[in-house]
Amino acid sequence: MARSGSVQVTLGGVPSSASAVPAMTVSSRHSTLVRVTHWITTLCFFALFVSGVEIVISHPRFYWGETGNVLTTPLFKLPIPSSRALVPTGYGYVLPDQNGWSRYLHFQAAWVAVLTGLLYLISGLFTGHFWKNLLPHKADLSWPRFSIAIANHLRFERPSEAEAWSYNVLQRLTYLFVIFVLFPLVIWTGLAMSPAFVSAVPATVTLLGGQQSARTIHFFVSLSLLLFLLVHVVMVCLAGFRSRMRAMITGRTGRHMERI
Amino acid sequence: MSDLSRRKLIKTGLAATASIAGLGVAARIAQKYGLVPPDHGGIYGLGETLTYASQRLLTRHSLAREFPRSQISKPPLANEIPPLNEAFKRLQAGGFTDWRLSVNGMVDQSASFSLAQLKSYPSRSQITLLACEEGWSYIAEWIGVPLSHVLNVVGIHPQARYIVYFSIDPDWWESIDMADAMHPQTFLAYGMNGNDLPVGNGGPLRLRLPRQLGYKSVKYITHLMVTDSLKGFGKGLGSASPEGGYAWYAGI
Repeated sequence: MARSGSVQVTLGGVPSSASAVPAMTVSSRHSTLVRVTHWITTLCFFALFVSGVEIVISHPRFYWGETGNVLTTPLFKLPIPSSRALVPTGYGYVLPDQNGWSRYLHFQAAWVAVLTGLLYLISGLFTGHFWKNLLPHKADLSWPRFSIAIANHLRFERPSEAEAWSYNVLQRLTYLFVIFVLFPLVIWTGLAMSPAFVSAVPATVTLLGGQQSARTIHFFVSLSLLLFLLVHVVMVCLAGFRSRMRAMITGRTGRHMERI
Repeated sequence: MSDLSRRKLIKTGLAATASIAGLGVAARIAQKYGLVPPDHGGIYGLGETLTYASQRLLTRHSLAREFPRSQISKPPLANEIPPLNEAFKRLQAGGFTDWRLSVNGMVDQSASFSLAQLKSYPSRSQITLLACEEGWSYIAEWIGVPLSHVLNVVGIHPQARYIVYFSIDPDWWESIDMADAMHPQTFLAYGMNGNDLPVGNGGPLRLRLPRQLGYKSVKYITHLMVTDSLKGFGKGLGSASPEGGYAWYAGI
């Protein structure tokens, strides 16, 4: 049966013909490429998050427009001590300054994340990953279906067996939003803060309303990504931490799948 | 099954060998075309090299954005500066008339310029944004002589690859490649917003480099050195910044 590394799977208890997830020929829940890029991106995300926090505490003030400094009125301030004496925060002391290695790490992790993202994007277009796994089914985009999915989430209902093999409509929309809106936006706003890059492509920053606007948007997009990560991890735990982790690490899922 | 894994193994091995060989070739080409920064070693070398190489290819001739006069920040921020040494205070007391900029290294004629001499050269101005790596920024009009003009006066050797520049504070030195050194917006700046450059902003003489972060625009410049290698300077990482944990190339 497992002649060429794939296996015929019939989900336990779910008659294959009537199911939303019919019996299918799959080699794994997530392709190797999805699993590898997922974990590289995870590592990069942590590196970017930690270094981003260190960078921001050297000047925890945010502005709108082209310029901003301690002599100008901020849009808002983070209520934390700064790591630099230049910034008046009212705390009377400064945090340890970690801006040097943080910047090195931030840009290195950004490179790895962007290259990994490109690999994922290009292979996803070739393999049809986005159409097959992420684009919601037309039927699921109706309000009744949508509200059922939301209600199930709000009741913290454990996902059905079928969902171990496929994403539900809320997941699909969220992943598409993260992949095609948040990630491009965080890269764009990051590049808009580069004095060299914007000298070559000025529209990168002018379209955002200025270098400080870019920094402020970068901050909020990063917060959105952090929020996504938290919800993502909570949902993985609710859905079954072991099985979901196994699926993303080994590609195998649950007891229904026998070793090849 | 075993056939399959053998084939897989051979394929993977070939791919790995090809990528390592490819990386080696890429490194050689990058080195040849000056796409490898002096702080390319260490765990962050990959990111730094990718940034510097890609931006060198993309931004060799691009101009930093210039702004209308109405966008000049008032007042221009003078950020904290290290305590200035005795030599600086003596020159300041004399109104900087004895301030000298010496230029040597791979040049036809070593030279030493007074501020008056530098001001006698065609003066240029630019209204550009200075962004600090901390996150703040301001826009000012910078007045000075393009560095390329001074380099042409002394005549630099064709094998020159970097300009190393030193502040009167001996711990504060930086370097740039020739693309930045000959760039029309790279100034030896002595004026700001129509006046002399204030001490708080780097007066009497500051190297102004609008396509990189503020820390490359070193204040109180007294000495330029033209060289083909950065190995002999400090720890050989290109400037004081990597020795303090900051990237040599600050175009981000």
